[in-house]
Amino acid sequence: MKTNDVILQTTTKVVFFIIFLFSIHIFFAGHYTPGGGFVGGLLTTGAIVLLLLAFDLKTVQKALPFNFTIMTAIGLLLALGTAAGSIFFNVPFFTHAFDDFTLPLFGVTSLHTAMVFDAGVFLVVVGAAITIIQSIGGDS
Amino acid sequence: MELVMAILIGVLFTAAVYLILSRSLLKIIIGTGLLSHGAHLLILTMGGLGGLAPPVISKSVTDFADPLPQALILTAIVISFGVTAFMLVMAYRAYAVHKTDDMNQLKGNDEHD
Amino acid sequence: MEFVLLIFLPIVAALFIPFLFRKIKGIHTGWFVLLVPVVLFIYYTTFIKTTMEGGHAISELQWIPTLGISFVSYLDGLSILFSLLITGIGALVVLYSIFYLNRNKEKLGNFYVYLLLFMSAMLGVVQSDNVISLYLFWELTSISSFLLIGYWFTRDGSRFGALKSMMVTVFGGLMMLGGFILLGIMGGTFSIRELIAGSSSFAGHEFFTLALVLILLGAFTKSAQFPFYIWLPDAMEAPTPVSAYLHSATMVKAGLYLVARFTPIFAVSEVWIWLVTGIGLLTLFWGSLFAVKQTDLKAILAFSTVSQLGLIMSLLGAGAITFHVDEALFSFAMFAAIFHLINHATFKGSLFMIAGIVDHETGTRDIRKLGGLMSIMPVSFTVAFIGSMSMAGLPPFNGFLSKEMFLQSMLAIRHFELFNFATWGIIFPVVAWVASVFTFIYSFYFVFRTFTGKRKVGKLPLEPHEAPVGMLISPVILAMLVVGIFFIPNVVGKWLVKPAVMAIQPYQYSHPSEVDVHVSAWHGFASVELWMTAGIILIGGLLYLSLSKWQKFYRIQPESLSLNGLYDATMTFSEKGMNRISRLYMTGLIRTYLLYIFAFFSITTIAMLFLQDAFVVDMSSFSKINAYGLINAVILLLAVAFVLLSKTRLGAIISLGAVGYSVALFFVIFKAPDLALTQLVIETVSVALFLLAFQRLPKLSDHGETKSNKLVNAIIALGVGLTVTLVALSSHSQKLVASISQYYKDTVETEAGGGNIVNVILVDYRGFDTLFEIAVLAIAGIGVLGMIKLRLARKESSDENK
Repeated sequence: MKTNDVILQTTTKVVFFIIFLFSIHIFFAGHYTPGGGFVGGLLTTGAIVLLLLAFDLKTVQKALPFNFTIMTAIGLLLALGTAAGSIFFNVPFFTHAFDDFTLPLFGVTSLHTAMVFDAGVFLVVVGAAITIIQSIGGDS
Repeated sequence: MELVMAILIGVLFTAAVYLILSRSLLKIIIGTGLLSHGAHLLILTMGGLGGLAPPVISKSVTDFADPLPQALILTAIVISFGVTAFMLVMAYRAYAVHKTDDMNQLKGNDEHD
Repeated sequence: MEFVLLIFLPIVAALFIPFLFRKIKGIHTGWFVLLVPVVLFIYYTTFIKTTMEGGHAISELQWIPTLGISFVSYLDGLSILFSLLITGIGALVVLYSIFYLNRNKEKLGNFYVYLLLFMSAMLGVVQSDNVISLYLFWELTSISSFLLIGYWFTRDGSRFGALKSMMVTVFGGLMMLGGFILLGIMGGTFSIRELIAGSSSFAGHEFFTLALVLILLGAFTKSAQFPFYIWLPDAMEAPTPVSAYLHSATMVKAGLYLVARFTPIFAVSEVWIWLVTGIGLLTLFWGSLFAVKQTDLKAILAFSTVSQLGLIMSLLGAGAITFHVDEALFSFAMFAAIFHLINHATFKGSLFMIAGIVDHETGTRDIRKLGGLMSIMPVSFTVAFIGSMSMAGLPPFNGFLSKEMFLQSMLAIRHFELFNFATWGIIFPVVAWVASVFTFIYSFYFVFRTFTGKRKVGKLPLEPHEAPVGMLISPVILAMLVVGIFFIPNVVGKWLVKPAVMAIQPYQYSHPSEVDVHVSAWHGFASVELWMTAGIILIGGLLYLSLSKWQKFYRIQPESLSLNGLYDATMTFSEKGMNRISRLYMTGLIRTYLLYIFAFFSITTIAMLFLQDAFVVDMSSFSKINAYGLINAVILLLAVAFVLLSKTRLGAIISLGAVGYSVALFFVIFKAPDLALTQLVIETVSVALFLLAFQRLPKLSDHGETKSNKLVNAIIALGVGLTVTLVALSSHSQKLVASISQYYKDTVETEAGGGNIVNVILVDYRGFDTLFEIAVLAIAGIGVLGMIKLRLARKESSDENK
């Protein structure tokens, strides 16, 4: 897919980061306001798809040298690990913990193990979706 | 509003089933896409549409939409994306291998009984 | 010790057999296997002391206590007798097999695993007190028999015979299960002891006769009674040790065991006595008649087994008469049944082993090719002679004693006055006598055609010689028992037979010594049996000598009119018929199947909605019509219409995207921001996906679908749409259970420390769902990757293309 659309490419370079940052925001905000791992992951996917449309598959692969299949696996492990971790604290499988901490720069912040689980979801969504798109796009 | 939605869902399902029953592979995939839209709206309608605010805790709001159907639909949306992608690839691979997308010809022969 | 666990000892031992077979090359695997039955045999003999005093031992292992199902080992006289037969004959057979099966040529690992499996199953059958576990073991014997018959699975005959035995015996087993369940319903328990104790309370129950017939079907199929005997001759494809063990000494006697075990419950019924005695006698006659027709040594023995099983069966039936009349005249029958069961195991076991030896040493079992082997194989001849004479009912062998008692019991039936026996009773001794004549003939036919007469040297595939000593040990031991029992019948009676008889007739005896039967060889000249035996020898001898003149009459019967022909016809018919029927509705077209599914879905759902009065529309619960919602609904309808009507791929895909976006708008309108966001992004990505794959997708075409097909599709689609609408309305209008949402709303801050309930549900309350869901997503991703990247070398050899 060779395109030569200067306007699209230039805007994409900017818009990609806006979408990506927005997705990170929406991911972290998910516990209190609309958002979360699914939406965040999908937004990131959307941003990458935009890159794919503006440039081509190879350029994107060079710019983002991740193996998305492995990303999927890491995400799954992260989610499963968070769920299984509770066993070691002698509470039932999948029990989450949360508390407020005072962090430098952020002030009082509430941290959740659920966030780690959500990060797993995020990674799986991005990994699986991009794997699918890359495979289809790269099929000769 | 529920009555309108129920009829709308019926229309979505009708269109989806009609497409799924056709002989063309692509139509079947589009049909399953419509079917999942219908199913999502069905779950939403079953739970009731009367909520005044999104299911997010805030001080001033007491009556908000039912969160359970929403959670179920959210999972369903992502799953249906995965399924659609899978079927899409399966369809075009089948088309590439067999050189046809006519379901009547994709039925196998007596050897495969 | 919990001896119920010993039932499973052979199965546990079987786990090690393949390992021993592979790793230890120098020693024949059979030697290890031999330990199992020997140890068990010795262990079970210790119970004889208890059972001789009329006692019993129980050991229990719980399995499914809530359903009243357990493994109970209940050892009384009858169970001990069978357990000893199983382990005793089992030990001899294993010993014999060590020399019969070549270590280097045969898959001994398989063979001994099956054999040990069978041993466990059989012990389970005869010791179980719980009918459900009895059934389990019963089917396990069928399965292990199937495996053993099909041991040489490359032969057509083996596979055919294995399947046939499986078909017949499993059919019977299923019938029997039905009978057991009916008994359970009537008696309120699955324990045989308790059923027997409470049998008088349900004797008149409407299910009683049905249960009786079903259980008899199980017994008759297993014990090869007319007309189910057809599987037994075909089962002779099994290796000879198996035939000796399963198909003459033990498994086929499971049916007899079952009849004996249930006699106290069913003896009250007229149907029981008529069926058991009648079918038994018919089988006796039929089997002996057709044994003479056979030319294969093992086939002769198979038919003779059928006939002898019939004999024992009829004795069991005649023994049930004692339930009604307590006269010494009738008390012989049950004793004779058990006694003959032991005798049959000894002489038939030895005969099978000899048939195996002849086959092994000469290379053929065809009696037409054999002859004059006496001088070459003197030991084998002696054993065969002893066994055959015992089978023919001549002194001084144990078969003589039990045959005399059999004739005596059949004569006694004439004096039974209930159930029309006074009128028809005379048939029994007559048929018994005719059958005994044929038994005499085939016994002589078996031994003398093989071992005497002219040697047909050129016809034998191998140069005959006497079998190795090891192979002869087992048949010789059995032959010694045949002679030995003749001289000490009353010792055997006291130790084994009387306790067993007591177990069968608990309503009559409370101690084995009360069984007032004394076996003697000589009853004086006045006894009718003596003259009957003399007649058998005279007529039988004459007929044997003229055998060649009348044996050809058997050929008159065409093969297609036999029971085997019937079986074959049924099998072909059911196979072809079923195929034809399933082809009527299994078209191979996915549309057809989907039509079934959708039609079924709408019809049943709508029917249930109205039958159960579940269709309720509560207008007051509806929310107000929303103007934006209405506009959006129109947009969505238009988009759907475009999808349906679009002539091009691109149009259809874009309209599908439009549908998705308007659904996202609905999520906005109905206060679901998470969904709206997700739906928007996903729709975008999906459309991108479709466009990426666009070039490879087929063009839209209806492939010449006919108008009527389209009409049917439209009708079914409308039906589904209507169903869903109705379901949506009524499920909204009535809630049987309060939603759990309220709990989520109440606890989301305190328990989960979150504010967005949807997200908290996803990651916390219902985290399991999410975990599996992302797993599914990952699998879909891997699937797509696999289909595209890992095409392997399918391009050349794709069988779809050919």
